[in-house]
Amino acid sequence: MTTTAAPKKLGLKERYALMTRGLDWQTTYQPMEKVFPYATYEGIKVHDWNAWEDPFRLTMDAYWKYQAEKEQKLYAIMDAFAQNNGHLGLTDARYINSLKLFLTGVSPLEYMAHRGFAHVGRSLPGVGARVACQMQSLDELRHVQTQIHSMSNYNKLYDGFHAWRHMHDRVWYLSVPKSFFDDAITAGPFEFMIAIGFSFEYVLTNLLFVPFISGAAYNGDMGAMAFGFSAQSDESRHMTLGLEAIKFMLEQDPDNLPIVQHWIDKWFWRGYRVLTLVAMMLDFMLPKKVMSWKEAWEIYAEENGGALFNDLARYGVRPPLGWQQACDDKVHLSSQAWSTFYQYQAAAPFHTWVPSPEDMDWMAQKYPGTFDQYYRPRFEHWAEREAAGDRYNNGTLPMLCQVCQIPMLFTEPGDPTRICYRDSVYDGERYHFCSDGCKNIFDHEPEKYVQAWLPVHQIYQGNCFRPEADPTAADFNPLLEVITWYQMNVGVDNAPYEGSEDQRHFRAWRQMTTSNA
Amino acid sequence: MQIDLRTVSITPVRQTFDHVARRIGPNKTASRYQEGVLDVQANANFHYRPTWDPGHEIFDASRTKLVMADWYAFRDPRQMYYATYTIARARMQETAEADFEFVEKRGLADTFAADAKRRALDLLVPLRHVAWGANMNNSSICAYGYGTSFTAPCIFQAMDQLGIAQYLTRLGLLLGDVEALDEAKAAWMDAPQWQGLRHLVEDLLVIGDPFELYVAQNFALDGLLFPLVYGTFDTALTVQAGPTVSMLVRFQNDWFAETSKWVDATIKTAAAESSANAELVSGWATTWRDRAVAAIAPLMDAALGGDAPAAMTDAVTAFDARAAKCGLTL
Amino acid sequence: MSNVFIAFQTNEASRGIVDAIVEDNPTASINEQPAMVRVDVPGSMTIKRETVEEKLGRSFDLQELHVHLITLSGHIDESDDEFTLSWN
Repeated sequence: MTTTAAPKKLGLKERYALMTRGLDWQTTYQPMEKVFPYATYEGIKVHDWNAWEDPFRLTMDAYWKYQAEKEQKLYAIMDAFAQNNGHLGLTDARYINSLKLFLTGVSPLEYMAHRGFAHVGRSLPGVGARVACQMQSLDELRHVQTQIHSMSNYNKLYDGFHAWRHMHDRVWYLSVPKSFFDDAITAGPFEFMIAIGFSFEYVLTNLLFVPFISGAAYNGDMGAMAFGFSAQSDESRHMTLGLEAIKFMLEQDPDNLPIVQHWIDKWFWRGYRVLTLVAMMLDFMLPKKVMSWKEAWEIYAEENGGALFNDLARYGVRPPLGWQQACDDKVHLSSQAWSTFYQYQAAAPFHTWVPSPEDMDWMAQKYPGTFDQYYRPRFEHWAEREAAGDRYNNGTLPMLCQVCQIPMLFTEPGDPTRICYRDSVYDGERYHFCSDGCKNIFDHEPEKYVQAWLPVHQIYQGNCFRPEADPTAADFNPLLEVITWYQMNVGVDNAPYEGSEDQRHFRAWRQMTTSNA
Repeated sequence: MQIDLRTVSITPVRQTFDHVARRIGPNKTASRYQEGVLDVQANANFHYRPTWDPGHEIFDASRTKLVMADWYAFRDPRQMYYATYTIARARMQETAEADFEFVEKRGLADTFAADAKRRALDLLVPLRHVAWGANMNNSSICAYGYGTSFTAPCIFQAMDQLGIAQYLTRLGLLLGDVEALDEAKAAWMDAPQWQGLRHLVEDLLVIGDPFELYVAQNFALDGLLFPLVYGTFDTALTVQAGPTVSMLVRFQNDWFAETSKWVDATIKTAAAESSANAELVSGWATTWRDRAVAAIAPLMDAALGGDAPAAMTDAVTAFDARAAKCGLTL
Repeated sequence: MSNVFIAFQTNEASRGIVDAIVEDNPTASINEQPAMVRVDVPGSMTIKRETVEEKLGRSFDLQELHVHLITLSGHIDESDDEFTLSWN
């Protein structure tokens, strides 16, 4: 005879609910609106937080177990890559420039996501949502740290990595990703969920990680491949959180639809503009190309994003404004961006180059009807000037869009020969934009976007010089002073790839492995 | 440093990132902890003010009254970054899992004396709500605090407290099934002996100063609660009925010993910065110690009976000694 | 009907998982990319614990999927025995 009754076997959902939902309570000694002070000011109406469906059900013990397993694998690969001088197995040292862009432009955003999700994970009144956000906050700390550790090896040997923190907060094009995340974290918690959880993680993140990291693998970078794919394994949890967040808001109250739709429009466009850098990495910066930006856009935006917006149509949500323009512009985006960085080589801490004739043929094949017509002649012209020892450098500072902060480099919808300009007047001042998308965002919230720290404006106002600089000196060179203030190693970080220290080192080190010279 | 490459070697161009080199000195190899936390937070040229707190920048040291010349003076003596954190916790959870499995398989919960079981359920299971408050508060410190070497360990602490809430939930399920959780929640909401602690936890949820919240939650409340519950009470229960429950709270015991090193280092650094800081932190520690003592005392009366007053006195003495060691004057 | 998809890092466990998906979802199509394998299925896809265990020859907790995952699309429904992705 036994007295031991088997305890009730609880299913995954039931068990998880007891492990999270049961933990909180309606406070009585302090009013709930004081405990959750940021929950209502955006106008999102929530009637029942219990209707929140947990997007995934990981208790902390399982989280620690699986994440530790991932980390052990990842750091083992990183160590092996460093110990074996894995960098010398890369297709070409030009590849490393995409990592410089990544560490200075993307990794600091992972950090912002960490802090942002800690804030939202404290602010949302629903316990299921809070736990999911906090777990994402912890994951995002993982991403920034694994990226720093992975690229630390490159920093020891190659230029342009050494001042990523300082540069992210100052350099002209890095204000594009920085302002994107500053915009999200300064919005309310619900908007943050649509901005980062939904629009960025669900709609756009695959475009950043999957083709780019496949490209890393294809170019022999096992270190970057390992952190990238390993980060993505968390990303799938983050994506489902974003999807649940939007469904939850839409199901709670019909009044939420117009607010959410505006956020979808805004954040799709904000995110899409940041991805300009990715388009350029895929088409121009990977020596061995894995897929074109156009192909990546078709698979991860048009096909998968299309399926998503079909699914959301039942709530009355339509695809974001600007979606069609983004689809139309896929054949222009990367060439327009790379042309800009090529011209402003002197102010960017990574190397640029004119695409080789074979690479131009690849572009022509991937972009029939546009590359040869609009972009090849320009690159060939620059190649001729380089051959003549007269590389083109643009010494004039560009006008920036007040919202996305990208220089005015994009063309009019339907006319790739004319630069697109828009403007609005607010409080007696005229503000300039690169597109209808950015102008719409400004017009909806001008009091926010007039605050932007625009790098070019700041340079002209004299705010980007070292304290000891003397602008009245006869030989004062403002551009040189600015890049010194950026903490670039002048003539090294910002040199053209041809003749750079990276190129020389890579060649010499590789030679050491294959010859006795 | 030389990297061996077959018969030739490559001399690194530099050892670490500039901002790390400025802190550790030139030509030194940085640790992964240093590269992973030092100066990782943005500190300049924020584009917009938070719509939820327009009086401050996104990251703004003036959210707390504590004044530091350099917030990266705070260092975690455990040198935890994400990988070392998860690997340390994965080991602890493996032990905890084995303990829970042992108790479950041997049916030890059923053979545990009924009155001892009642005692354990009454004190331990409602504490899952306290852990939940600690989770919220550390998430808050991580979000609104300043400087990665101070804020990053707070998200570890937040998730650890969620883990503790979940271990306490499992303990409740194992000793008393789902009803035990319902009873504990009812006690938390309405039983007189729990109201002082619930009042305190709710007051912590509305503290706006992240460093005051740190002192109140991680130093004062946990600094008294953990030794009393997982030390004194656990020992008393083991004497009464054997170590079954002790096995189920081993995680909390090991965790408190480990995290206290970090909490002490943080308090010590804050107090050592200036006499104004020492006074400020001492004031917070005194206020929240007194609140914690008043809130915990009725629970100890119920759990320890006649031994409670002496246990409380010992706990406060030990806490004051710890505070003094950290440079505080209580 | 829209496709749902899931992608894994190419490794030994993923091989078993993908085999299980193909067995339980006859309309699945496989796409191998550098270091990654992607499976598409029209409408919905189910991963069954039992089938994965059979392919791997060991016990398998469906939450272990997270260790090998790269990305996915569709709504998730998870139980102890099945992991389902679907579009409505």
